[in-house]
Amino acid sequence: MNSFSFLHVEYLLQAAVWTVVLSLVAFVFGGVAGFVIALWRVSPNRLLRNIASGYIQVVQGIPLLVILFVSYFGLAIAGFKLTPLVAAGISFAIYCAAFLGEIWRGCIQAVPRTQWEASECLGFNRFEQLTKVILPQAIKIATPPTVGFMVQIVKNTSLASVIGFVDLSRAGQIINNSTFQPFTVFGCVALIYFCLCFPLSALSKHFERKLNVSHR
Amino acid sequence: MSAIVKIKDLHKSFGTNKVLNGVSLDVQKGQMVAIIGRSGSGKSTLLRCLNGLEKVDAGDIKVCGHDIHHPDKLNLRELRKQVGIVFQSYNLFPHLTVERNITLALTTIKKMSVEEARKIAHKVLQLVGLENKKDAYPEQLSGGQAQRVAIARSLAMAPELMLFDEVTSALDPELTAEVLKVMEDLAREGMTMVLVTHEMAFARKLADVLVFMHQGQVWEIGPPDELFSNPKTAELQKFVSSDL
Repeated sequence: MNSFSFLHVEYLLQAAVWTVVLSLVAFVFGGVAGFVIALWRVSPNRLLRNIASGYIQVVQGIPLLVILFVSYFGLAIAGFKLTPLVAAGISFAIYCAAFLGEIWRGCIQAVPRTQWEASECLGFNRFEQLTKVILPQAIKIATPPTVGFMVQIVKNTSLASVIGFVDLSRAGQIINNSTFQPFTVFGCVALIYFCLCFPLSALSKHFERKLNVSHR
Repeated sequence: MSAIVKIKDLHKSFGTNKVLNGVSLDVQKGQMVAIIGRSGSGKSTLLRCLNGLEKVDAGDIKVCGHDIHHPDKLNLRELRKQVGIVFQSYNLFPHLTVERNITLALTTIKKMSVEEARKIAHKVLQLVGLENKKDAYPEQLSGGQAQRVAIARSLAMAPELMLFDEVTSALDPELTAEVLKVMEDLAREGMTMVLVTHEMAFARKLADVLVFMHQGQVWEIGPPDELFSNPKTAELQKFVSSDL
């Protein structure tokens, strides 16, 4: 049995990089798709609205774990052998798109209807209304829940270990198997998670202050 | 004088609720038409039909040469360049300064340069007496100031017709006076205006035509003095006496 050493910390930090990579992939791809879904959800076109809301309902009704299983094991049987990172990235992006889409839909709809009306009366078309009047206000509303969700995603990446993805939690488990020092190992893991998530929350506060210019 | 608004037998329902029930009304260029009536009589809906905010069910409605009832032929963007509207709740854009509230449509819709738009903003803010507030955000304004900025924002588009939907209803008497003063100045300069109002004294003093609406119809119409001193219908009689 070897005891917990600096080498183990280094190993944990390497795994933490993969946690960050997966979180970023999830957030960037999920964010882009989520934005489109949010816009479809508030679209005047019923077909787009229905597609978006169907997608959200399906994804929100399936556990992330199952999405991971389907994209890694399921697709492999169908002939598409993905690496754990790609499979996890796709799964998390699908998951993020549904939740961010719904969060952002709510934020867009939280901008009072009268703002649509006022901009419509000035002659703005729908695209101009969205970009110049509605979205700038919705972003302010969206910042806290979005960051809250990002923090959740960083922590949820640990689920990807079920398909062989070695993230921070999985690395902690591996080290503990050889050191039998769970308090030290997982304490260290917890500290690294905190160091990843705390700056996000601080960033959110910074953005809120910055975007809050009309409420000085 | 030529008619800038021509409405003939206009009908509009929300579900089973018939809100406009055969309204006919002409507004001549340079006229101020004040619409009064009880809540639910269809005044605001009529006003909102004038700039295409509400779809019309039946009837003819022409505003500044645009046929509002036929949306396929209707160029809403052009209509809205010509028709300004001011709401009871101001509806300023809270994330933008007063100046940007005014210049946004000028630079976006009218494709003006920022410099040009700023000049116009300065001019209209001067008109409403708020040039010193150009860098303020809407939340930093009083209700009366916000409403004057909303009027300035509409005026900046150089409309041919201005619509006012109970613009003083949310204001206390002192703030009401400052907004009415701006509207009075506009009327003097010959702006064509249609306003829905509860300010009877203002309507009586300045309107060229007073319209009393009841049950989705133009119940009485005529010069304000005549309608106020000699109401022909029992409904208007009751309405006028309840205001005293």
